Amino acid sequence: MGIEGVGARVARKEDKRFITGAGRYVDDMVVPGMKHAAFVRSPHAHAQIKKIDVKRAQAMPGVIGVLTGKELKADGIGNLICGWMIHSKDGSPMKMGAWSPLAVDKVRYVGDAVVVVVAETKGQARDAAEAVEITYKELKAVVEATKALEKGAPQIHAEAENNLIFDWEIGDAKATDAAIKAAAHVTRMKIVNNRLVPNAMEPRAALGHYDKAEDHYTCWTTSQNPHVARLVMSAFYNVAPENKLRVIAPDVGGGFGSKIYIYPEEIVCLWASKKTGVPVKWVADRTESFLSDAHGRDHVSTVEMAFDKNNRITGLKVDTIANLGAYMSLFSSCVPTYLYATLLSGQYDIPAIHANVRTVYTNTAPVDAYRGAGRPEATYLLERTMEAAARELGVSPAELRRKNFITSFPHQTPVIMNYDAGDYGASLDAAMKASDYAGFAKRKAAAAKKGLLRGIGMSCYIEACGIAPSAAVGSLGAGVGLWESAEVRVNAVGTIEVLTGSHSHGQGHETTFAQLVNQRFGVPIDSVSIVHGDTDKVQMGMGTYGSRSGAVGMSAISKALDKVEAKAKKIAAHLLEADEGDIVIENGALKVAGTDKNVPWFQVALAAYTAHNLPAGMEPGLKETAFYDPSNFTFPAGCYICEVEIEPETGTTEVVQFVAADDFGNIINPMIVEGQVHGGIAQGIGQALLEGAHYDASGQLLTASYMDYTMPRAGDLPSFKVSTSNTPCPGNPLGIKGCGEAGAIGSPPAVINAITDAIGIADIAMPASPPTVWAAIRAAKH
Amino acid sequence: MSDVSLMVNGRRVSGAAEDRTLLVHFLRENLGLTGTHVGCDTSQCGACVVHVDGKAVKSCTMLAVQASGSSIVTIEGLANGADLHPVQAAFKEHHGLQCGFCTPGMIMAATDMINRHPEGLDEATVRAELEGNICRCTGYHNIVKAILAASKTMAKGAKGKAKQAA
Repeated sequence: MGIEGVGARVARKEDKRFITGAGRYVDDMVVPGMKHAAFVRSPHAHAQIKKIDVKRAQAMPGVIGVLTGKELKADGIGNLICGWMIHSKDGSPMKMGAWSPLAVDKVRYVGDAVVVVVAETKGQARDAAEAVEITYKELKAVVEATKALEKGAPQIHAEAENNLIFDWEIGDAKATDAAIKAAAHVTRMKIVNNRLVPNAMEPRAALGHYDKAEDHYTCWTTSQNPHVARLVMSAFYNVAPENKLRVIAPDVGGGFGSKIYIYPEEIVCLWASKKTGVPVKWVADRTESFLSDAHGRDHVSTVEMAFDKNNRITGLKVDTIANLGAYMSLFSSCVPTYLYATLLSGQYDIPAIHANVRTVYTNTAPVDAYRGAGRPEATYLLERTMEAAARELGVSPAELRRKNFITSFPHQTPVIMNYDAGDYGASLDAAMKASDYAGFAKRKAAAAKKGLLRGIGMSCYIEACGIAPSAAVGSLGAGVGLWESAEVRVNAVGTIEVLTGSHSHGQGHETTFAQLVNQRFGVPIDSVSIVHGDTDKVQMGMGTYGSRSGAVGMSAISKALDKVEAKAKKIAAHLLEADEGDIVIENGALKVAGTDKNVPWFQVALAAYTAHNLPAGMEPGLKETAFYDPSNFTFPAGCYICEVEIEPETGTTEVVQFVAADDFGNIINPMIVEGQVHGGIAQGIGQALLEGAHYDASGQLLTASYMDYTMPRAGDLPSFKVSTSNTPCPGNPLGIKGCGEAGAIGSPPAVINAITDAIGIADIAMPASPPTVWAAIRAAKH
Repeated sequence: MSDVSLMVNGRRVSGAAEDRTLLVHFLRENLGLTGTHVGCDTSQCGACVVHVDGKAVKSCTMLAVQASGSSIVTIEGLANGADLHPVQAAFKEHHGLQCGFCTPGMIMAATDMINRHPEGLDEATVRAELEGNICRCTGYHNIVKAILAASKTMAKGAKGKAKQAA
């Protein structure tokens, strides 16, 4: 490992612009003639639109255009789609209701966009938006998925009878039922996974610019995957053909899943730009983000876990109802199915599993992937159940887990996944050691002396990342392939540009990807530029989500580097009059192995472009492209241990220790990996203790600002003890598993297991806020 | 419309702004200083923190006209030319940022925090005083580390200067 190579703690290249205020986010973009958009959104959760009167708004100062869904439809703009087809167990396709970018005759959640106003200034656009008069006929609303399925519930989409989108299953029901029937012990739980709002700190924004001279559109957008945005806006929403549409996702201030999807606003800004003849910018305020960003989680499940007399798990039966909100967001259908139920084996050898999942429309914001996407829900369900089982069986939670660990690989689970490598015992041991698990009883006694309730809880998670072989996801219903692309351009002076289809919105790709190049060619990372986020620069890519940029994105780069290396070696061999097979790359030079004959990297590059002296028949230039399609998912796994102290008089929970022991396979930059884990844990602790999106019965979002939705702040969290072990991933050339979501997946059950341990109760709802904890302590006493 | 006249990052600037214009919008839109960010509507997130007459202020809580006559430092004016301010340098060294959106406000708030605590800082104080700044990426772990490190660096610098003066 060099000082800038793979495995080095290199400070990030991209930081310079962020710490000096020179970052360029969408809201920082200005184009000549640019005007501002404000959306008129539904104040009702469910209503018919009877009349839209825009006359008064049109006459307001500075107003350029007031546009409705009718005009949008007349121009042929398409409905938003869900890109992953799921079939119900009866074979019928999922029931996708129409989602118009601007609602035409019905609104289905508070925040549904109805009208857009374009004006000279943002203030004028907002003033005019207030003057748009819309007559609604209110309808009954339903916000809870379980209630939406009840007979007589309000019907949200004509296409989905009883609001049921699909009723899907996986696994072997008969074998699982038999295991439960024959069990020595069955643990039964009801598990609720609370609804969250992702809350990237940069609100969503879009700037649409129609260039009349070129008949060409440019869209600056806060996206995790600009190429997917271009594809979808072109192929399904009829905004413009791909060759007439450029999508740029510049610096993006966090995503966490919420910026994967193509939302109504970017479509409308592009369309409105053509319609009004001016570039149109829209930036969400925070309340708009709460109302209209895709939310996460919101599952209600029942689970039965069967054990034999030796405490080995023999079967797992799960029934889940997932709330998908008012419309099916882009990947909403795969989250509670293939990203959830396929992980229900966890780290355990379970011979029989069956899961049934029903997804449901409600009058709430659409729900889609949020950091972890399905895997946090699976982990929470399993790890809460394991904890409960250990308590019921009177055995140590650590030993019950250890007894049931999968220990040989590859391991085929009953729910599709084939785990390729792992050492779950190693993570458990590391976490128990780092947390001084053995010393807990002493710490509990000391806390009790101070009048505090101390508890400890663990969670052993697994996730599937690096999604996935394209043919496999295609067979499961995905509308896209999930490969990644890379292009490596070596310039004539030896500096390098790497074009990638991955997108960095905090992950540090400009540094880690450059480290990979440094490792291969010895070129300093400052001489390597990572180019991403612009469909005019990078031909195609699938973007960043599901912890895929290392395992898939960098594998594509590695493949392109292989091709560059092969050609560079041919040139060097020719220049050095040596055999190609004898050329090695060391310290920035191509050498004849075992001799001092060498040619520096930059001279090979120069030779490629002067083309004065190349091997016979070789094309000039040094630039290679690769597409990499993974051969399997990757399977990061680990063990998290949380220790809490609860003040019984107030119900306040303090996380006094949090330990994470992860196996991410090979690591490029440990500093960045640790940062990803820290951030994920904070979101997981947030879910467990603080965060929850709450709608009242009429469908009003009660948590629509930072005054109401409790974001984790520095004072709510401790410093974390994180470590990693390594079983390299055999499925990709770099041995990488991915680290972006683990923290958010593994931590909520560890926290709740610790709280229930401290209070001595079976369960508590998330978020375990002070009133909830206080009430639980009172109830436990009486 | 009102006239607004300010010192910003050592330069005298003036302009006309609607009375309702917030300082943050004046900085971003009139002066093109887009390093100061807007992350919420309720003065909770702290992405817009700047220094007004030496004090950390959320520039979304202040009208541009209210700030008229003040001296303002934004994230763009914190470094001394090419030399990073010790807080900026510490954020980079300790990986105290990921997406970078909350970072300008964090750095401006942290600089003010360190200035207000010449006696030095501990972790509990840093965490308590970061109450007005929200970060979604880092879990605060490395932000806290960076602020503690910068506080030490700046204390050494101050001591060095005091010695020189003596």
